[in-house]
This record gives sequence, C-alpha cells and structure tokens, in this order.
Amino acid sequence: MKRTLVAGTLSLLLPAIGLAGEYNLTVDRVTIDTGEFVKEGVGYNGKSPGPTLRFKEGEEVSINVTNNLDEMTSIHWHGLILPFEQDGVPGISFPGIKPGETFTYKFPITQSGTYWFHSHSGFQEPEGAFGSIIIEPEGREPFRYDREYVVQLTDKHPHASERVMRNLKITPDYYNRKQQTVGEFFSDASENGFLNTVKERLAWGDMRMMQADVEDLQGFTGMINGKGPEQNWTGLFEPGERVRLRFINSSAMTYFDIRIPGLEMTVVQADGNNVQPVNVDEFRIGVAETYDVIVRPKDEQAYTIFAESMGRSGYARATLAPEEGMEAPVPGLREPARLTMADMGGMPGMDHGDMPGMDHGDMGDHGDMVGENEMADMSDMDHSRMEGMDHSSMTMPEGGASDPFYAKGSGLVPTAANGGKFLSYADLKAQKPLYEEREPAREIELRLTGNMERYTWSINGVKYEDAEPIRLKYGERVRFKFVNETMMTHPMHLHGMWSILDVGAGQWNPIKHTVSVQPGTTVYMETEVDAPGQWAFHCHLTYHMAAGMFRKVIVEGGPESTQAASSEQLSEVGGDV
Amino acid sequence: MKLWIPVIASAVVSLSVTPVLASAQERMPDTTQRKQPLKVWGAQFEELEYRYSDDDEEAGVWDADFFYGTDNFKARWLTSGEYSFEERAYEKLENQLVGQIPISKFFDAKAGVRFDTPEGPDRTYAVLGVAGLAPQWLEIDVNLYVSKDGDTSADLDAEYELLLTNYWILTATFDATVAFSEDREIGVGKGLVSTESGLRLSYDLIDRAFSPYVGVVHERKYGDTADYARAGVGSTEDWFAVIGARLSF
Repeated sequence: MKRTLVAGTLSLLLPAIGLAGEYNLTVDRVTIDTGEFVKEGVGYNGKSPGPTLRFKEGEEVSINVTNNLDEMTSIHWHGLILPFEQDGVPGISFPGIKPGETFTYKFPITQSGTYWFHSHSGFQEPEGAFGSIIIEPEGREPFRYDREYVVQLTDKHPHASERVMRNLKITPDYYNRKQQTVGEFFSDASENGFLNTVKERLAWGDMRMMQADVEDLQGFTGMINGKGPEQNWTGLFEPGERVRLRFINSSAMTYFDIRIPGLEMTVVQADGNNVQPVNVDEFRIGVAETYDVIVRPKDEQAYTIFAESMGRSGYARATLAPEEGMEAPVPGLREPARLTMADMGGMPGMDHGDMPGMDHGDMGDHGDMVGENEMADMSDMDHSRMEGMDHSSMTMPEGGASDPFYAKGSGLVPTAANGGKFLSYADLKAQKPLYEEREPAREIELRLTGNMERYTWSINGVKYEDAEPIRLKYGERVRFKFVNETMMTHPMHLHGMWSILDVGAGQWNPIKHTVSVQPGTTVYMETEVDAPGQWAFHCHLTYHMAAGMFRKVIVEGGPESTQAASSEQLSEVGGDV
Repeated sequence: MKLWIPVIASAVVSLSVTPVLASAQERMPDTTQRKQPLKVWGAQFEELEYRYSDDDEEAGVWDADFFYGTDNFKARWLTSGEYSFEERAYEKLENQLVGQIPISKFFDAKAGVRFDTPEGPDRTYAVLGVAGLAPQWLEIDVNLYVSKDGDTSADLDAEYELLLTNYWILTATFDATVAFSEDREIGVGKGLVSTESGLRLSYDLIDRAFSPYVGVVHERKYGDTADYARAGVGSTEDWFAVIGARLSF
C-alpha cells in the first residue's frame, strides 16, 4: 500500500519535473531479407526488428502507435510493469488498434534493464513485429561497461505463420527433419547393441512419442538484429573494452544456445533484473527471455557470436570485431538433441500398458518405483520418484551432464561446446531482491499439457477457448507450480507482475518475466500480486499459444482509484484482433 | 468491543460492495480470435498415381482427403477412384462425406455416408469408422458400411512410414475388405473380398507438399468375389508398377 502511495505521488510529481518523453511508432508492412530468402512481414517504423526504445527509469512515457496495416494490431511491452490497460493484449487489456488509428500508450517507467516489445495480435510477432527496449536506471549500475549492443534474435521462417500453424495442425512433424532414421537405428545398434536399440525404439513407438521431438519448427534462418548468418551483423569494439551485450530472444519457437568462442561472458542481468554476476562459456536463452552479458575482448581480432538452436537444426551468427568486415570462424552445428525417457517424467497415464519397454531388465534398477498401483497413477509423478530409475541403457547423449532444472538423465541438458561452464537457472541469484521474502498465501498448480499428435496445447488439460480465468487477490503472494507433462520446453510468461523463480536461494531468487519449464520437470515460481486488472499468462511459443496454452489472469481487488478507473473501462469494451 | 465495530462495518461494506466489484472484475470479455476454437482446413492426396499392370493395363488412381473444422469436429470429404484408360471408365469411384470427432488421445470416430458411382450399378452406404495412430506408428483406418439394401461390409487400411532418411520415405500400405453379406450385382461375395498391398518410395521435394514416388502394388480378390471376377472378364490378381506423387496443400 505504502509503495503504491509513493509511486502515485511520484507519478504526479514526475511530469512536473519534466521527465516525460514522447515516442512515435508506426506499424508497417515491411520486406525482410534473411540473406537466404526474402519475405513480406510486419515491422515498426518501416523495419523489422523495430527501433530500440530508450527510456529512463522514472520517466512518464507516451508512445503514439499508428497502425498502417489493414488489420488490427497491438503492442505489448514485454516485461514492463504498468497499468493493465497499457499492457497491449487485445481482448484482455484493451480492444486493440484499428487500421489507420493512432493509439497513445501512457505509463510511468518504474524499472530499468533490457526488455522488448511486440505485437500481441494474430501472428504479427513471428512475422517480424518486435523491437527492443533499454531502460536506464535512476541510480548507478553495479557493473561497468564501455559500450553496449542489443543482440536481438529471431527464427525467421520462409512460410507464412498462418500456414505454419495449419501445417502443424495437420501434420505435427511437418517441419521436423531431425527424426530418427534407419541409418540412426544402425548407428545406435552398433553403439548400444541391437536388442537394446530395438527395445528402445519399441518403447517410444508404443507411446507414439518421438525422441526427436525437440523443435516443432525447423527450416528457419536464425537472425540477429535483422541480419542472417551470411549478412553477419557486426558490433565494433576497441580491444580491452568491456562490451555489454543485451541478448533478447524474439523467436517464435526457438531456444538458442549462445557462445562467443574465445570469450568468457559475465551474465549480469536476466529478464531485465540484475543478477549476481556469473561467468559462463555458454548459455541457453528461452523464447522471450533476455540476458545481459559483459565480455572483454582483449585482442585485435574478430569473435563470432554463435547462437545454435536447442535442437541443432539452425543457427544465428554475428560478429564482434575491432573493425567492419573482419570475421572469425563459424563453428559447425553439434549433433541433434534426443529426448530420453527421463524427459517423459511428467507424463500422465504412464502405466504399464503404455510403456512396456520401460520396465524389466533394460531399465535396470527400479529403486522406489514399486508396485502396480504406483505405476498406474503417475500423473502426480514427480521428479524425485523418477530418480530411482536407472536410465543407463537409454541414450544419454550428453553423458553425465546434469542441471537441476532438467529431468535427471534428460537428453536436453546443455553442455558448453568448450567443455566449460554452461549457465543454469540455479546460477541465477538476484542482485537486489525486489520484495521482502514472505510465505505465499496459496499454491496454484498449472500442469502444462498437450498432445503432439493433434498439436493441441493446454494448461491443466484445458485450452484457452474453454478455460475460466485464473483469479488472484490483490495483495497476496501466490506460488505457481508448473508441472510439465509434455515432451516440449515451455517458456511461461505472466504479464504485469514479476515471476520470482524458485532456485532455492530464498530472498535471492531471481526475478523474471519468463520461466522455462523443461519436459519431465516441476518448477515453482512466486508472484506478489501487486497489479490490479486482468493480464495474459501463456506459453511464449507462438504456435503453442495459438493452439490454446494461454490463460487470462484476473486480479481481484486493489487500490480504490484503480477500481474506479477500471469500472469506467467497462464502457469501452469489445473489439477484435 | 470497540474493536469489533470496524470489523463488522468493513464486513458489511465488503458484502454489499462485493457484487459490484465482482462485475467490475470482469472488465472486458475476450472476444478475440484467440478465444475461438482454431479452425483448420486441409487438402491432401495420399495417392495420386499412374498404374501399369502385369497385364499391360493402365489406370489412374487417387485417394484424397479434404477437411475443415476444429479439434472437436471436422467435416471430411474422402474421395478415391480408379480410372481405366483402356475402358475409359471408372472401375472404382468412391466418395465419402463424414463428420469426425476425437474419441481418445490418438483416435477419432467418423460417421457419414458413402456414395459409390463407378461404371455399373451405384451404391449408397452409411459409414461408421475409427481412424488414428496405433502403437508403433501404424496409421489405422477401420470402417463399417451398411448399404441401403442392408448389405454390410468393412474395410481396414493400415500404413507405415519408414524413414530411410529425413527425405526418402518408404511407405508400406495394406488394405483389406470383408463383406458380411453377398452383393452379387457388384461382384462382391461373402467373406474376405480383396486386399491391396503397396510399397512406395517417396522423396519430399517441396516440404511435405509435393513428394513424388515410385512403387509396386499388389491386388488380389478372394473367395466368391474371385469366382465372380473369373466368370466375368476381370482378373483376380494383379501386380502394378506405380508412379505418382503425394500432395498436401
């Protein structure tokens, strides 16, 4: 309450002291050239990606958005804490922006860091409608750097998004060209034995699950700041300088593993919030996440920024160099990732009938997985109970690699290409907690569910079209429990309020806006419900969101003034995308 | 005692205010497309091919599927046929209009009508079927047919795709038809009527939209059906070399 009052007073005072900025954005049809193909898309101010908006903490911004498209549009300020009417989700925050119309967003900037903005209408975002946001803090930053670059990634696909959605609905493996083949059968057989390989294939075949089901959408060209690998976006530096790279993953569907061979990266910020610095050789950036890293190239040479997709089907590439035109070697793609039985840990209905290959001998020690009853009801099977399973006979391409945010023995656990340190969520500790640590009032379980064969995606088995909103109470702290029952990774994004990811660090738990939940895992996050209104909460993979992995969150109650304002809002409801 | 007064007062206030607030909480209903069921259409030719038999007979064959609908209900038009170039006639011409709903994680149920309008007598059937993905990646399609005259029959289609590479695909198909009553007019005897087995090697040339293939197909008639065929001029067993393409729009 006190905080709101202070914020309220501040917002009244701020315009008076002149910290107000006006910005203009036009939403336009643009042409996107990846170097491999040219495609029509949507951009801002005539380009995709759109401009970098530079705000100052404490500023009162007005952003005039003019829709030059012949369809509705919207802009969502991803990660920004603002009044819900300004959040830019048609049907939830506001009706949307009609063709030819100019809508003015007005909100106070109450935070700092790296963020981004994108359309929340139809498939405009994967068509190119996104840009970056840098917010300078009021105070000093706890790290130094001499120059900075936004490094905004995307996975540009030659097919129009509507067509991608349709193809995935008709043939879910339409774009998967990393499937297991006869050749792989024989190479696995010579490595793991013929019978083991047959058993393994039968076990997966029996579940009608694919070990290769890592990336739904392959065939894209990875781009950095609007440049394909051949067009090679280049950031200049003077040897010895500290360079801050603000990585933003604006992909529709692709997780990237990022490294700069020859340079160690110091991660200083995640999702706009400073973290205690961690030195890493490589990190994985989920869809919609941001990571700020500082590198210090000492030599007069070029360095490649290499962003390899999680499923190893594509990459983005850029260069850091002392002068334009210099290049460093571009690494090859590593072997495609394969899921293991461990990644199925969260699957319900994992009963005997469904999984004959998963028992008996070839799986080794069953440990505490005892009894038919337990096998019959695995819908509540958690991680710890899976730990008794020995997966040694199943393929574990990454060897002994482990990460508490992946299922034990998962085939998705990343390792650094140079054998060094790979960032884990467990390494993220907040630099400064935003909230006092307190017990959550309640826990809300969200099972991430879906059916790959039908390409349906849902939460608790219910698609958005059939779902009731999630209701939170203003002022409470809630604990969300994500249980991933699918075989895919889901970047879950709650609008309007922070997601405090439980990494076991108590008050130092990192503060994020997007939380990746790996297959076969349970992840907890807590949220201080301090933003009245209604908000979107969804998987940020474009085609999962469109297929139903989405919820409306209603925050009930709140300060008097907001109540009044939002009742007024009632009169101007309706609208369409 | 004094302490209670504000508590009661606030309780009364919150009670009286609650309904107002509750409606205020709704704010705006989501009427965007996102809140609507996703509508999908598809048009696919599983087979579109030229056949050349061991008796030097030539035929054009197709097996196609057009649909529109949501996860919960799809309307489907299934069409298949065989055109004989010698006789300039449709040896087989089948059209089905069915509605399709999911009944389990991997299977759908279908119901509708089937019209057979080849050269010769026509037939109309009611169709009830189940289609989906069986364990070990077997695509299964089983249908029960009841004709206007009460003749019943069933067929089973099974398909398996073997990935030689991620682009070269070997597809094995097996279709069998069984009749539970005889329909002599169209040459169908009681019991196992016919089988068709195929092996096709395809290459995904343009995405999965255009995949040319070559293959072999074996057709055989059984029992009374074979006898009726022999009595006419038809053959009871044929081998075909086929060339064609799988299409998906």
